[in-house]
Amino acid sequence: MSSLAKNIENLGAFCLNALEQTGRTFNMLLQVIWELLHPPYRFYPIVRQMYFIGARSLTLIIVSGITIGMVLGLQFYNILQRFGSVELLGAGVALGVIRELGPVMTALMVVGRAGSSITAELGIMRITEQVDALECMAISPDKFLIAPKVIAGLLSVPLLTMVFDFVALFGGYFVGVKMFGVAEGSYWNGMIDAVEWQDVRLGLEKSIVFGVLVTLICCSRGFYMHLTKAGSQGAEGVSSATTDAVVLSSIAVLFSDFLIGALA
Amino acid sequence: MNKINVQLITGLFVMLGIAAFTYQAVTIGGASIREVPGYTLTARFDSISGLRKGGIIEAAGVRVGTISSIKFDPDNYKAIVNLRINDGVPVQQDAIASVRTQGIIGEKYIKLSAGGFPDLLTEGMEIHETESAVSLEELVSKYIFDGGTKK
Amino acid sequence: MSGNTTTDKAITIRNLVVDYGPRRILNGINLEIPNGQIMVIMGQSGAGKSTLLRCILGLKKPTSGSIHMLGTDIATASRTDIYKARKQIGVAFQGGALFSSMTVAENIQLALHEHTNLDEKTIQIMTRIKLDMVNMLEAENLMPSELSGGMAKRAALARAIIMDPKLLFFDEPSSGLDPSTAAELDQLILTLKKGMGMTIVVVTHELDSIFKIADHIAVMKDGNLIETGTPQQIIASTNPEIQGMLNRKPRETIVDTDAHLRRLTGGF
Repeated sequence: MSSLAKNIENLGAFCLNALEQTGRTFNMLLQVIWELLHPPYRFYPIVRQMYFIGARSLTLIIVSGITIGMVLGLQFYNILQRFGSVELLGAGVALGVIRELGPVMTALMVVGRAGSSITAELGIMRITEQVDALECMAISPDKFLIAPKVIAGLLSVPLLTMVFDFVALFGGYFVGVKMFGVAEGSYWNGMIDAVEWQDVRLGLEKSIVFGVLVTLICCSRGFYMHLTKAGSQGAEGVSSATTDAVVLSSIAVLFSDFLIGALA
Repeated sequence: MNKINVQLITGLFVMLGIAAFTYQAVTIGGASIREVPGYTLTARFDSISGLRKGGIIEAAGVRVGTISSIKFDPDNYKAIVNLRINDGVPVQQDAIASVRTQGIIGEKYIKLSAGGFPDLLTEGMEIHETESAVSLEELVSKYIFDGGTKK
Repeated sequence: MSGNTTTDKAITIRNLVVDYGPRRILNGINLEIPNGQIMVIMGQSGAGKSTLLRCILGLKKPTSGSIHMLGTDIATASRTDIYKARKQIGVAFQGGALFSSMTVAENIQLALHEHTNLDEKTIQIMTRIKLDMVNMLEAENLMPSELSGGMAKRAALARAIIMDPKLLFFDEPSSGLDPSTAAELDQLILTLKKGMGMTIVVVTHELDSIFKIADHIAVMKDGNLIETGTPQQIIASTNPEIQGMLNRKPRETIVDTDAHLRRLTGGF
């Protein structure tokens, strides 16, 4: 009986905690928007974050983009061959990449590479009193630390997604046309016929949402590390916050992908 | 020095991303920077099931326009389709617009067949000769039940 | 040193209470910090002195009470007003809290870049003056990770005084330092008071430096302010707690072994 009560209590605590964190993340978004409406603006911090989130992720994105494109080419070819319609290969690869896999995979890569280190960086700044120092210098951490990261995420993730899509199409081309001998014309023309501007736009919209979501969750998890129960001051707190941030933002990406897909 | 390096690399990254986007949007996605000049015709169909806004209009297998809007006509219980035809594509007054399917289960599109009249349709006029969508299910059931679902 | 009247107080704290959940961290603190002098807040760890400092800096909202700092009630002021007040203060944190992604010089310049429109050349010169004051000129282009504990504290001090604040806070200046480096920092604090007329609030538990630098001492224990006064008054105090602290006795001597054993085993 008491164990049941304990379980219910745990569930309640879990829900409250989740609600609290969601609230803090949303609050952070409002802060960033507020800061955006209040000059002065500094562009170099954004460039620096774009370098870190975007440019430094390029190699990873290109390699994984080509790989995903090749895998898709292989799988679609095997399936389409059974129905004798390999000329649809280009359309299949392009739609799969542009609508779904491009934005999602890119966002997940950014979570793993940049998101985790954003959380760790902010968490360490929190426990070593760097955030407090910033506050005491009358510099808003929202403006100085958070806003550049979120804006950089908003800009970098779509750009990375586009690069990912582009190389993935060539990955599919390599497998389909060069390895299996699908006609080059039918690969590209099938793609051009099947993909509409709406598809590209959907991918773009998704990646913008993912970019904001990922950076926001990772920032809030690191920045508010001291407020969470598990976030005991210290290295352990930072590592658990980082793990949390990666898990949470990955789930958020997948779930919002479904939501956007369902609403669009 | 370090600062310039960061800015340079980030700038290159942004340019690369925008180039990739432009390629997809323009070449693959087919979003033209400025709209192809054209004129709009209307056509009434008994059924257009499966046809969508933005769908393709073909003549002799060549893309000659897009479906700009689809409306329902409550008086006659028909579908009114607005066809955006590219300039330079003549449509005769007795031309036929038919709803067709790419392959067996592919996407629906409108096929334009040339008529014999010398007079051409202009902006806002209607194509009177239309053929509705052929429903695969109806065909199958017609075949199986030997005319059981005559309309 | 005792010629200060009640009008020129840099900070006035009235009935400050802070609760953390069911626990009371600060229990009605009343404290006045006079202008142009060095106030040392001392106490063992857990006495609430860090919480008091965080409240004064506006990093923690108190449960009740007021904190008037340079004419602003930090306890109730809006974010904007707190930021305005903070532009007149400097804080050196315990571990330095230098921004790890910037060099020492960039750390020190940050406030100038953010709050003034000075040109790069002037900022460079001001930075070097402050670095020279803390004897750190040679470390200008080092990263914080390359600094020793004492250097990090001195760099943090340079960063705290870059805007020539009226009020300087120093959290544990000598903790974790060897005696000679600690003495150097104490000397630096005295120089700042004399040379720049700053009001300085130091939070520490190191007895050696307390009596070297303090004009006034406030002693805290378990969330209460148990004694305030000049160093002479504190030494002369008859309060056994203070005498205990000054003589560095262990906190509690076990007399009743049986009772203590019972307490440890939970009454078995």
